[in-house]
Amino acid sequence: MKKKADVVVIGGGVNGCAIAYNLAKKGLDVALIEKKYLSSGATGCCGAGIRQQWSTKENVELAIKSVKIFEKLSDELKEDIEFRQGGYLIIIHNDKEMEQAKENVRMQKSLGLTVDILQPDQIIDIVSILDIKGMKAIGATFCPKDGHANPFKTTFAYAKAAKSFGASVYTHTKVTGIQTEKKSITEVNTDKGKIKTSIVVNSAGVWSKQIAEMVGITLPNKPYRKEIMATERLKPIFDAMVISFKDGIYFSQQKEGQIVGGIPIPEEISGYHTAPTVSFLEHMSKTLTSYAPCLKHVNLLRHWTGFYDVTPDARPILGEVEKLNGFIQCNGFSGHGFMLCPMVARILTDYIADNKSTQILEKLNLERFKGKNFDKEVYIVG
Amino acid sequence: MKKIVCRCEDITEEDIIKAIDEGYTDLEELRKKLRIGMGPCQGRVCIQLVIRIIEDYTGKKLSKVSYPNPRPPIIPVSLGTLASDKHEKKG
Ligand SMILES: Cc1cc2nc3c(=O)[nH]c(=O)nc-3n(C[C@H](O)[C@H](O)[C@H](O)COP(=O)(O)OP(=O)(O)OC[C@H]3O[C@@H](n4cnc5c(N)ncnc54)[C@H](O)[C@@H]3O)c2cc1C
Ligand code: FES
Repeated sequence: MKKKADVVVIGGGVNGCAIAYNLAKKGLDVALIEKKYLSSGATGCCGAGIRQQWSTKENVELAIKSVKIFEKLSDELKEDIEFRQGGYLIIIHNDKEMEQAKENVRMQKSLGLTVDILQPDQIIDIVSILDIKGMKAIGATFCPKDGHANPFKTTFAYAKAAKSFGASVYTHTKVTGIQTEKKSITEVNTDKGKIKTSIVVNSAGVWSKQIAEMVGITLPNKPYRKEIMATERLKPIFDAMVISFKDGIYFSQQKEGQIVGGIPIPEEISGYHTAPTVSFLEHMSKTLTSYAPCLKHVNLLRHWTGFYDVTPDARPILGEVEKLNGFIQCNGFSGHGFMLCPMVARILTDYIADNKSTQILEKLNLERFKGKNFDKEVYIVG
Repeated sequence: MKKIVCRCEDITEEDIIKAIDEGYTDLEELRKKLRIGMGPCQGRVCIQLVIRIIEDYTGKKLSKVSYPNPRPPIIPVSLGTLASDKHEKKG
């Protein structure tokens, strides 16, 4: 293990790997530490949907800019990350949701997004197997440029490109402590050795809270267990991701043909338990077959769990904290950290390498929770 | 002659060795890269073989704890069957 680095990145999920890549590309000496293998955290169990239709401006902006990067990312990283744009179809069930959708579509369009409100019959043109009555739909919004990428391939591609720019990636290595002196970081301790550094990026996903505790900083993040399932492979039927905020369901058909989707578990509580539940299977299959009755005959193959790292406003915590110089947060993604990753990594890199701040970074700083008034993201599924 | 290791996902010994050469030496990493073990049998047919290939090729012994667990529902079940389940919650 190397003795010192300009930056130590904690966590080998998509965010840690993307930051390591961007920093190394700028010429910084980076060490990335991952306690298991790359993508072993939330990244490896996620739906990997990429959506730009959000209810808060910062999320829309981050997502739009991330999609611009995703569109060229396979070329940039010289590795196919299987990015494709089949769109996101958001089902609207009642007048209240319709009002909210109109307002959000206006805001999204003002930021440059192509997004439309659809009538029920137009929904079927996008995803033919949907049942308007079964879903109790009165309309939908659709953005054709939303999409999906392969989360493992994206993470591995970022890591490989990071290494090609000189970053050191240590897997099966656990961060056990962070040494500080006055208001600065001096060293990161791991179970395989120590690295001197003055900058640490905390991109440890749902474990970020524990990392922050090592330096006496409390993050408001809470872990929420989420379940997700995959069916057998089918011939291609639809391209869009279908989601509903009322029912919390999301599902799409992947490149290989399987349908992957999730829904909140009715009796869900926060915590770190991982066993999949029968009640998820029941709830998911009932809701899914009411949306698309023809899927009744399709076999469910696998079902697994992962964690959302949830903050009080369901938006990520980004940037340097006030209490400790060089301690950079990149966590609290609340279930949408894959899609925002390309732009988040660039913003944080600009801050670390060039001391450039942005409005988004200031808005999403940890210090926002000191006040009582923060905008809450409400467009959440799963 | 091609040696198929994972029948469900149509992955050959060659594919696995190529990935190991690219640096994917962890069973889980290989699984995610190649989708080995993600088919209908959930790896019951192939995982032991994959472990042997990794161990033979890298000379590294894999710890038993790192073996992936089959994920429920163990055997494929139709969504219709799951949806018609009678175990409704009361209240
Ligand atoms: C079921 C499910 C579905 C989802 N669907 C979507 C979706 O459709 N679209 C989307 O954008 N997002 C989705 N998400 C959210 C997304 O998966 C996460 O926001 C994102 O992957 C977070 O990436 P990360 O790199 O920040 O964290 P992670 O991938 O969790 O990586 C953190 C890493 O830190 C490592 N680590 C922890 N502690 C230590 C330590 N002490 N030392 C060293 N390493 C450590 C962990 O092993 C882990 O690999 C979903 C999440 C779940 C659970
Ligand atoms: S043979 Fe590999 S998953 Fe079935």
